[in-house]
Amino acid sequence: CAECCAAANTQGILQEIMKWNGWGYSDSRFLFNKKGQAEFTGKRYRLSGMILPSLKDWFEGTFGASLQHKSPATVSAIYIYFFNAVQPPTLNEAFVEDLKSVGIPFSHDAEDRVFRAHGHCLHEIFALREGKVGRVPDLVVWPNCHNDVVKIVELACKHSVCLIPYGGGTSVSSALECPPEETRSIVSLDTSQMNRILWIDEKNLTAHVEAGIIGQDLERLLNENGYCTGHEPDSMEFSSLGGWVATRASGMKKNIYGNIEDLVVHIKMVTPRGVIEKSCLGPRMSTGPDIHHFIMGSEGTLGVVTEVTMKIRPMPEYQKYGSVVFPNFEQGVACLREVARQRCAPASIRLMDNEQFQFGHALKPQVSSIFTSFLDGLKKFYITKFKGFDPHHLCVATLLFEGNREKVLQHEKQVYDIAAKFGGLAAGEDNGQRGYMLTFVIAYLRDLGMDYYVIGESFETSVPWDRVLDICRNVKERIIRECKERGVQFPPLSTCRVTQTYDAGACVYFYFAFNYRGLSDPVHVYERVEHAAREEILANGGSLSHHHGVGKLRKEWMRETLSNVGMGMLKSVKDYVDPNNIFGNRNLL
Amino acid sequence: MNPHRQSGRAGLHDEEDFVDILEERRRSSDLGHALRTFKPQPYTGALPCSASDLNKSVLESQYLRYMTKEIAMETGSSVEAVKQEACGILEEMSHNLQLGFIRLLGFTLTKVFKRIFSSIHVNMEGLSRLQQAIQECPVILMPSHRSYVDFLIISYILFTYDLPIPVIAAGVPLAGMKMIGEILRRSGAFFIRRGIGSDKLYWAVLSEYVKTIVRKGFAPMEFYVEGLRSRTLKSLKPKLGMMHMVLEPFFKGEVYDITLVPISISYDRVLEESLLAHELLGVPKPKETTMGLLKAARVLQEDYGSMHVNFGHPLSVRQLSQNKINRSQYNLIPRDLPQKPSAETQACTNWLAHLVVRVQEEGSVVSPWSLMACLLLQTPSATLAEEGLAWDQLTQKTLWLRTLALGFGACLNWPGHVPESDVMSSSMALHHSVVQHKRGRVHLVEEKDPAGNRPVSPEEGVLRRAAAVLMVASYRNQALHIFVRPALLVTAIHTTKSTHRDELFAFFCFLQNVFSNEFIFIPDRASEDFEEACSLLRKCGAVQISPQEVAELEAGLQTTCFLQALLQPFIETYQVVLRFLCEEADHVFSEKQLLPAVRSLATRLILSGELHTYEALSSDTQKNVLSALLRLEAVTKLRTTESKYRVNRAAIRRIGDILSGKIPPQMLIAAPDARL
Repeated sequence: CAECCAAANTQGILQEIMKWNGWGYSDSRFLFNKKGQAEFTGKRYRLSGMILPSLKDWFEGTFGASLQHKSPATVSAIYIYFFNAVQPPTLNEAFVEDLKSVGIPFSHDAEDRVFRAHGHCLHEIFALREGKVGRVPDLVVWPNCHNDVVKIVELACKHSVCLIPYGGGTSVSSALECPPEETRSIVSLDTSQMNRILWIDEKNLTAHVEAGIIGQDLERLLNENGYCTGHEPDSMEFSSLGGWVATRASGMKKNIYGNIEDLVVHIKMVTPRGVIEKSCLGPRMSTGPDIHHFIMGSEGTLGVVTEVTMKIRPMPEYQKYGSVVFPNFEQGVACLREVARQRCAPASIRLMDNEQFQFGHALKPQVSSIFTSFLDGLKKFYITKFKGFDPHHLCVATLLFEGNREKVLQHEKQVYDIAAKFGGLAAGEDNGQRGYMLTFVIAYLRDLGMDYYVIGESFETSVPWDRVLDICRNVKERIIRECKERGVQFPPLSTCRVTQTYDAGACVYFYFAFNYRGLSDPVHVYERVEHAAREEILANGGSLSHHHGVGKLRKEWMRETLSNVGMGMLKSVKDYVDPNNIFGNRNLL
Repeated sequence: MNPHRQSGRAGLHDEEDFVDILEERRRSSDLGHALRTFKPQPYTGALPCSASDLNKSVLESQYLRYMTKEIAMETGSSVEAVKQEACGILEEMSHNLQLGFIRLLGFTLTKVFKRIFSSIHVNMEGLSRLQQAIQECPVILMPSHRSYVDFLIISYILFTYDLPIPVIAAGVPLAGMKMIGEILRRSGAFFIRRGIGSDKLYWAVLSEYVKTIVRKGFAPMEFYVEGLRSRTLKSLKPKLGMMHMVLEPFFKGEVYDITLVPISISYDRVLEESLLAHELLGVPKPKETTMGLLKAARVLQEDYGSMHVNFGHPLSVRQLSQNKINRSQYNLIPRDLPQKPSAETQACTNWLAHLVVRVQEEGSVVSPWSLMACLLLQTPSATLAEEGLAWDQLTQKTLWLRTLALGFGACLNWPGHVPESDVMSSSMALHHSVVQHKRGRVHLVEEKDPAGNRPVSPEEGVLRRAAAVLMVASYRNQALHIFVRPALLVTAIHTTKSTHRDELFAFFCFLQNVFSNEFIFIPDRASEDFEEACSLLRKCGAVQISPQEVAELEAGLQTTCFLQALLQPFIETYQVVLRFLCEEADHVFSEKQLLPAVRSLATRLILSGELHTYEALSSDTQKNVLSALLRLEAVTKLRTTESKYRVNRAAIRRIGDILSGKIPPQMLIAAPDARL
């Protein structure tokens, strides 16, 4: 394995530049400066270094929060790592010895272990901010290639060690949580060193990639060659290819490129039974149930995805953002439905409800010129006064077109014409572009909220078209009422957007946050409300998850989701592939 | 937390604050009231929806399009023709609410109400709760139905207090009345045919119409869950057709929640009292015509005392149906397609409907006269008609009964600032048409025929006396809900002559089962009802209770005797019908044959002195027996011909024997009565 050995060991890199108890890069965060204005630090994003003058008012007005009432993270990393907040590792000495002998790097350093013990669920981050650390992996290993993984899995079977694969760590389903009841030594298998593109096949437009590669690296490396995958989940800065496969990920531009299941051509996975893969790269096969579908969505319960062959496309020659304002959410949904009916959805089309529209406005950076602010004023006047849109009902759709210039323009016209039938007014490229930029920085906002007694989360579902409006209304309402019943003192932010369109339905995203001052156990309240919201989703014909996956957070509903037989099928696959539960993260089933 | 319990016992004395809304009308201008600024706050999610918008969205609905196609296919007619027919049905049905007519109506009603009622009491807290509820989600107003007056009183009150005017479900005969029909339509009434039966298109149009109103939520909907005006002034077993339509938008997730507001409308004296008694004796109900209404105008010369409108606590369907219904059952079939309600849905709907009627009962305001009627009927009718009952004795017992009723949690309309005897004599005076107080005795007033002759035949005499008795009985019925549970227990104690809780409970359940068409029992609550009965009887010192036993106490004799006698007429009537079916009826009979035949048997038995209650002549009770027997499968409906029944004599004999205590009640398994 000459190649493997030649690869640079970059194991610490991401970990070093990322927050240990929050989202994303350490240098990028929202804060309220001394003047009480919100700003976004760092240099990585378009919003970085900018002042957001209206965020404070929106924040205080929406949550009843106040800059005077701070709830900063109580513990620093130092406390965790050096004052024994982390239990000492339970090492399986024989396993460690064998690992040494095959030369695979590993660590039982507390910092490495804690970093891989969580995803980004609210309760996980909240606990870290308070310095609470539960069961964490006892050891972290960094395989460098497929063969390393094969060895690790063999050793794990031999010594009865529990393996938990770790990709980008962006899970929001408690999938990375170590089962507290696990008595074996838990080993976190970090795939980050398997991050190479092994080959690109320009004749068939495929690329063979190691599964540990992070989304943004994959896209950048392919771009250098003039290609892209087009797979852009909101987490693509940090999430890994293997993680996408293991959770059935969905990307923003799936309308052109497809979801992960449409993108993969071939998967290699190492299981306790051995390696599973298909024998050829045929684009479609009729060979019984597609075994890829046991792998996709297996959430680390069956093995480790090590290499994936996926489709690539030439980079689009032209991209154009756009946005449409609708008088109300109902009209917006009707428009999206019509776009889906005519099968002319742009690369991305997302519809935000009124609350999110207002939120988006709060994130507008300071405008430098009087002219721009004059123009903004004029636009607002035109929409609300001249067109008679009620600012408390209007909502906005953001659009992204891709392709060759001529076709994009033609496509754009078609979509705007449909929008016009539903009362939609084109609202400019800027609004659209800002909308998409915000998807990447929005995750940072939760950390800001947590500094001021505000906690929140997003969750998603997919639902048939005829139920979209009903589910949005009912789930939002349920959240508001549950918060009230559980003693939340201020009305919560309860908002949604339609983020994907399909022939037969849509993907809906809910955002929910509230001010927890006065609550003794805010996380518990939060969890109860989220639970109630999920029950409401299921009662209204929504799915358990569109792309976040099940993990341990939504396990309790799997049986009713799949039927007894369905559960039995999955169970029997697990029993065959991993009879000793080596991949013991206990997700899914 | 049980919202039902919470909402019950809306006592007049404690929490609720009733205000006489006529008082202000007597002081200020009627025209001013009619022309007041009217700016109600509707449901926040609702957009305004005109009558024609509503009709349009009904006709264009996916559901109706689907049904139209299906019906066209089945009947072989063209889709267009079926569509036309649907249009016609909708035209006949739809409301045409216009504020101008509400104002006109407001003006007229003020005039009429001021003339015939001394007061109209409304609980203001109920109104403010309603106002709150209306803004939160679609609201269904569910009043009790005892009189035609019910029909517009709610709209009148809501108009007065600036709440959205409801859309009201009414029977189609009202639409046929000249002028009046149109006025009602423009006041928000929509019209439903009676006996829709299997007319698929009609069902489709109606249910889509109702569901659209609920979904859109632009106005509260009002309907009578009892289906009909109660001729006996007793709550009727709820009808489920409308209830299903109203609830479906919630079950299918089309609205976040639906609020049911039970409303109890109680009358000191009902305008239609004598008409009702005659209908019960087989005199057909006069057709609803405008001329008829004008002729009836003489009823407007009379005094009808006061009226109470008690707006109950809003009931959240979401909250109540939690754990009773799994809404995801609708996930796999498009919601626009017709789908038979599942057993679970039916049971839940049935339960909710009963709950509403029960809450109506608990919120109803009982007049002193109702208590007196209970006592009058425990005097043999002949004595009452001929010698009369001593006034002193009656007043003394009424005061005793008042204490008992209050102990049982009744909501009484007993003015506190007036001497008790005055309260009773004025109550009696209000009912001079049926009882008279002469020389210290109270007499039943029998109808004289126009010529003033004595009745020609003994049968006719029975009928006349029965008319008077049934009138008194209907006022007693207004108070029955207070006593019925303890009365069942007392009956169980007396019939089984047992003290064992288990045996008593078994008989109690049997009685609830047999009488479930007669009195309102919430399904699956028998053991709660039993416990309630035990604790009420213990509280008033009539029984002693230990974990295994319930024993009667000497000291409670007056109570237990009263309670048993209260149920006696019902038990006797049921026995008469059972006896008829066992001994005289053919194996196969129709309802049309049954009623006159039972009536003539009862008349014979009364004349021979074997039967003491004139209530056995009430067609309503007779029909209830038939429904009970159908439910108990002692009688089966024949599929072949229209409304023919087959008797199972052995089963009937068994029921009769259990009822009279000859054999113990084995578990009679009854099919759940939750048909549409």
